[in-house]
Amino acid sequence: MYQWDFAPVFAHWPLLAQGLVNTLKVTALSLSCGLVLGLMLALLRLSPRRWLSWPAGFVIEVFRTTPPLVQLFWFFFALPLIVGVEMTPLLAAVVTFSIQSAAFFAEVFRAGIVSIERGQWEGALAIGMSHRQALRRIVLPQAVTRMIPAFLERAIELMKTTTLVATIAYADLLFAANDIAQKTFRPLETFTVVALIYFVVIFGFSLLARRLERRLAVGGEATVH
Amino acid sequence: MTILHVRGLIKRYGTVEVLHGIDLDVERGERIAILGASGSGKSTLLRCLNFMEMPTAGEIVLDDKAVGRRERDLIAVRQRVGMVFQQFNLFPHMTALGNVMEGLRTVRRWSAAEARARAEKELARVGLADKAQTYPAHLSGGQKQRVAIARALAMDPELLLFDEPTSALDPELVGEVLNVIRSLADEGRTMLLVTHELGFAYHVATRVIFLADGRIHEQGTPDEVLKHPRMERTRAFLASHRQFSF
Ligand SMILES: Nc1ncnc2c1ncn2[C@@H]1O[C@H](COP(=O)(O)OP(=O)(O)OP(=O)(O)O)[C@@H](O)[C@H]1O
Ligand SMILES: [Mg+2]
Repeated sequence: MYQWDFAPVFAHWPLLAQGLVNTLKVTALSLSCGLVLGLMLALLRLSPRRWLSWPAGFVIEVFRTTPPLVQLFWFFFALPLIVGVEMTPLLAAVVTFSIQSAAFFAEVFRAGIVSIERGQWEGALAIGMSHRQALRRIVLPQAVTRMIPAFLERAIELMKTTTLVATIAYADLLFAANDIAQKTFRPLETFTVVALIYFVVIFGFSLLARRLERRLAVGGEATVH
Repeated sequence: MTILHVRGLIKRYGTVEVLHGIDLDVERGERIAILGASGSGKSTLLRCLNFMEMPTAGEIVLDDKAVGRRERDLIAVRQRVGMVFQQFNLFPHMTALGNVMEGLRTVRRWSAAEARARAEKELARVGLADKAQTYPAHLSGGQKQRVAIARALAMDPELLLFDEPTSALDPELVGEVLNVIRSLADEGRTMLLVTHELGFAYHVATRVIFLADGRIHEQGTPDEVLKHPRMERTRAFLASHRQFSF
């Protein structure tokens, strides 16, 4: 009969805490950069000029169709050979996951923007707005409301995907777990605890997300005609 | 004084030509009702005047200058030529007041206080002062259309375009919108109005244009066109419309 003993694991709680902070850091940074970059990609993609829309489409497709681990390794091991600058694990992780999220968000933004009826553009243009003003003041605010569920889902996916950074020795939660498991010879307890931490954080977040979605659905003002 | 000249306006969608060279001068203070069967090109004509559709050929002349196609030119025209749509096209994420303020804030760059004061005035004019803080989702169709009219008026347009402003409304809500349009007519505003409300056109318009197959088929005073039409197709159109009373 296996004797469970969590004490050695909890003794290393600062490592776990630092790991969790690092995980959240990569997730938050990648999400925010990904949102900004994703909007830019979406606008390029929607441009009537092919020399703008095609490269954007290419980037989006490449990052949607290659495995995240391959992307991560490429930015960590391969890119430095071209640009001649060492990548820190954090930088490689943030760059990879930002562009990858951007490719995903670009499609969400694009779908959101084209889902706004033509009449909204016309209402805006007819009072003398420029295309850019119509986008910023009228179309995007409505599109973003419709995109919130997709954003939240992506945030959760991303937090799970960030565990890949452990493979390039970035001290995220999973990396800390591996470290502790080897120090304490208690892999069972360690990985159980870490799985629980992920569960609590992600489940908590998804509960919040669902509440937010319901609030938006009930509020209605912004979405109902 | 002529506000707007239209010269040889042609509109094609692909290979299909829907406007075959329209010539039209709009004088200040004129109220022109545009009639015609479905598909005759009424909306297309109106929408070319503020460049919601790009004319394929021909010119729209404002201030003796043909309007260019750069965004700067289009913006200038649209600030002077307001449009009210059949489907209102209100911004659902803004209150009635926000809708009316929007052009003043974003396009004219007025301060919030100035824009608010002006927007409140326009809402009061269409009888909706008490709905300022209401979102479009909670307004009736007639109220929505009145907000849309206030939104267009706030920009001080020299010419107002109405494309079947009451067609999407329940019959009992048509009156309140027509009353607002009539009050604008009484102020002497220049307007082009596509409508199937023949009685309204008769009483409010100064000129009636009958469009058929993308051409101006017949035009004249309301009395000439609606009561004594010369062309066979105009007569057929009027006959096919349900009985209307002058
Ligand atoms: N975007 C478009 N693409 C192709 N054809 C179009 C387009 N818009 C209008 N048309 C065609 O142009 C013609 C004129 O249309 P328009 O909407 O101007 O007619 P209308 O007189 O306003 O009709 P209704 O009374 O039904 O509103 C129609 O035959 C229509 O099918
Ligand atoms: Mg029409």
